[in-house]
Amino acid sequence: MTGPSRRRRLAAVAVIALSAVAGAACSSSADGPSDGGAYLVWDPYPQFADDSEWVALLKKCGTSAGVTVERTGYDTTDLTNKALLAAQQGNSPDVLIVDNPVISTLAEAGALTTTEENKLDVSSMEANLLGAGQRDGKTYGVPIGANTLALYYNRDLLTRAGVDPTSITDWTSLTAALTKVKAAGKKGITFSAIGTEEGSFQFLPWFWGSGAQLTGLDSPQAVSALTLWTDWLKQGHAPNSVINNTQTTSWQEFATGDFAFAENGTWQLANAEKLGFPYGTIAIPASAGGPAPAPTGGEFVSIPVQNKTARYATSQKLVACLTNADNLLTTDTTLSYVAPVAAVQERQAAADPKLKVWVDAVRAAKGRTGDNLGTKYPKISEPLWSAVQAALSGAKTPQEALTAAQATATAR
Amino acid sequence: MTPTTQTSTATRGRGGAATAAPPGPPASRTRRPRRWLAWNFLAPVAIYLVAFYAYPLYRNVELSLREYTVRSFVQGGAPFAGLDNYRTVLTDPAFWPTLTHTLVFTAASLAFQFSIGMALALFFRQHFPLSGTLRALILVPWLLPLIVSASTWSWLLNSDSGLVNAALGAVGIDQVNWLTSPGWSLTSVIIANIWIGIPFNLVVLYSGLQAIPVEVYEASALDGATGWQRFWSITFPLLRPVSAITLLLGLIYTLKVFDIIWIMTRGGPTDSSATLATWSYRLGFGNLLPEFGPAAAVGNLLIVMALIAGLVYIRIQRKQNLR
Repeated sequence: MTGPSRRRRLAAVAVIALSAVAGAACSSSADGPSDGGAYLVWDPYPQFADDSEWVALLKKCGTSAGVTVERTGYDTTDLTNKALLAAQQGNSPDVLIVDNPVISTLAEAGALTTTEENKLDVSSMEANLLGAGQRDGKTYGVPIGANTLALYYNRDLLTRAGVDPTSITDWTSLTAALTKVKAAGKKGITFSAIGTEEGSFQFLPWFWGSGAQLTGLDSPQAVSALTLWTDWLKQGHAPNSVINNTQTTSWQEFATGDFAFAENGTWQLANAEKLGFPYGTIAIPASAGGPAPAPTGGEFVSIPVQNKTARYATSQKLVACLTNADNLLTTDTTLSYVAPVAAVQERQAAADPKLKVWVDAVRAAKGRTGDNLGTKYPKISEPLWSAVQAALSGAKTPQEALTAAQATATAR
Repeated sequence: MTPTTQTSTATRGRGGAATAAPPGPPASRTRRPRRWLAWNFLAPVAIYLVAFYAYPLYRNVELSLREYTVRSFVQGGAPFAGLDNYRTVLTDPAFWPTLTHTLVFTAASLAFQFSIGMALALFFRQHFPLSGTLRALILVPWLLPLIVSASTWSWLLNSDSGLVNAALGAVGIDQVNWLTSPGWSLTSVIIANIWIGIPFNLVVLYSGLQAIPVEVYEASALDGATGWQRFWSITFPLLRPVSAITLLLGLIYTLKVFDIIWIMTRGGPTDSSATLATWSYRLGFGNLLPEFGPAAAVGNLLIVMALIAGLVYIRIQRKQNLR
């Protein structure tokens, strides 16, 4: 659920006409698969028009596989529902590119083929990225690129406050830096703790960085992570508005130049170049030092189940073409993602040294639905973001909030 | 059709059906083909109603009566669960708070929208210079897309950099966490919703006021009635039918308000501004693992609430007509 498409989420909300008959939308049918020659590709990149490099790549891959490609770009949030409906109606696209945590939901629905069936080669992919697409020993797709979270900082502001960003290696040194920034009359850090999946996504680096596991939301480590955030709010290091911030609004706060740090993702790199001040990035520190595992974002290329299984062979060629090393480099550069293949990551870091931090962060990152959590993850994530909201808004203490969250997660 | 037109066409039909086709729809002995023709004329609207109202409604009821998982949603074969989904929803610890929020949200919104709309309608009845321009300006909230007005409100009410807190700060009031504290979030979304609803009430009540004959006011003025008496004894009673329909439409609209709340607070923090509409959305679409059954059940509860309000309205109106 992460990516450059964040800022369109509000628009998506407006478009999804929720009325009292919410579920009724299920009856509408999506575009049917067209004649044999055309292969349908759905992706969550509506920002790319027909003249973009991405679409050119799709067309080229189609030509080399001897078919024409019909591509439709959907909004990320919209695509999950669209994909489920299409699967229900039996008119799934031939190739579906979706946000990584959705893979386990679609796999649970029986809507995706496994690599055994579709003969995709995933051996070159990094294991920590591939994890999000695997359950019960089966792989349901190929990562096309990854993004993750790190801390952006305002170089000027840190210099004025007398903070050396390289000295920040653990939570204690980070909080010390925030205190110095506050003493210099500026604001410390901004992040997104909104009550959606986005909030969990942003909290996870701290949660995992404390040593906590998603299977135990109320562990002392988990409480320490939530206490860290809560104390930042209480001490004025982080603004109260983080409770309602999306990652985009949080970025806008950082862009004002008043904040020393912002937790945000790879997809902001292009915007970062437009900031009115010099910036830098550091990995999010773990509690005891070293980089914390951040959650991986980014999409998977999958081949949905078809009635005509003969189509898989061509779909496989299409996907193999999209995810070969050269094409990955092009795609991930356009999306400002980190490639899922080590060799391509090296080439990216060599081409742009600024990407080094991100490559390291992606290597340390973990899939949210990994560890064989699969579709259990959504049932853990919702109580988790609710607990974060409860603690930050002062409705509950971190301990109470997480105890309640664990009770909800186990009850489901 | 009113009784008069029915009799007139009937007489005409008896006399002239055999001759050239008379104007108007004759109900004669050549009934069968005529009826087919009638059905053909009815077909577009009937098909429309079935395809866009009856079937979705049926599907929604069906969704709420079966135990759907993502798997059975796609593969079919969701087991019939009876009222299980309703039981799940009703026993959920979030149910009563959410219902209370929905009722408070609806009642407070309606009360303020209606009274402010009424006050403005009376005010604009005075026809002072520029009243037309001003009235047009007040319609702006209605013309703006909800995404725009809701986003604007959430910026205005931002805890740290919002205009409202800046204004309060200027007069020495501490920062209020409008959208991020459980104590204020519901109030904030109600305020935004009232602002959005005023124009509708203003327009409908204003046009209702135009229909009240001036003579009644002139007569009352001759009898020496004060402004207050004029309002309670003339305007308010004569405006009752218009008021009733305004309130009913407002009620149905407010019950299902979703966008404003979702954009401003996502129903949070900690569900403090969640209503049945946002809850239904969260269950059905707000999670990676949709729970269609309970989501549809909550949606149906909303429909039932609106339906009851509609029936009460019809009943009240019937009583008035009998009188």
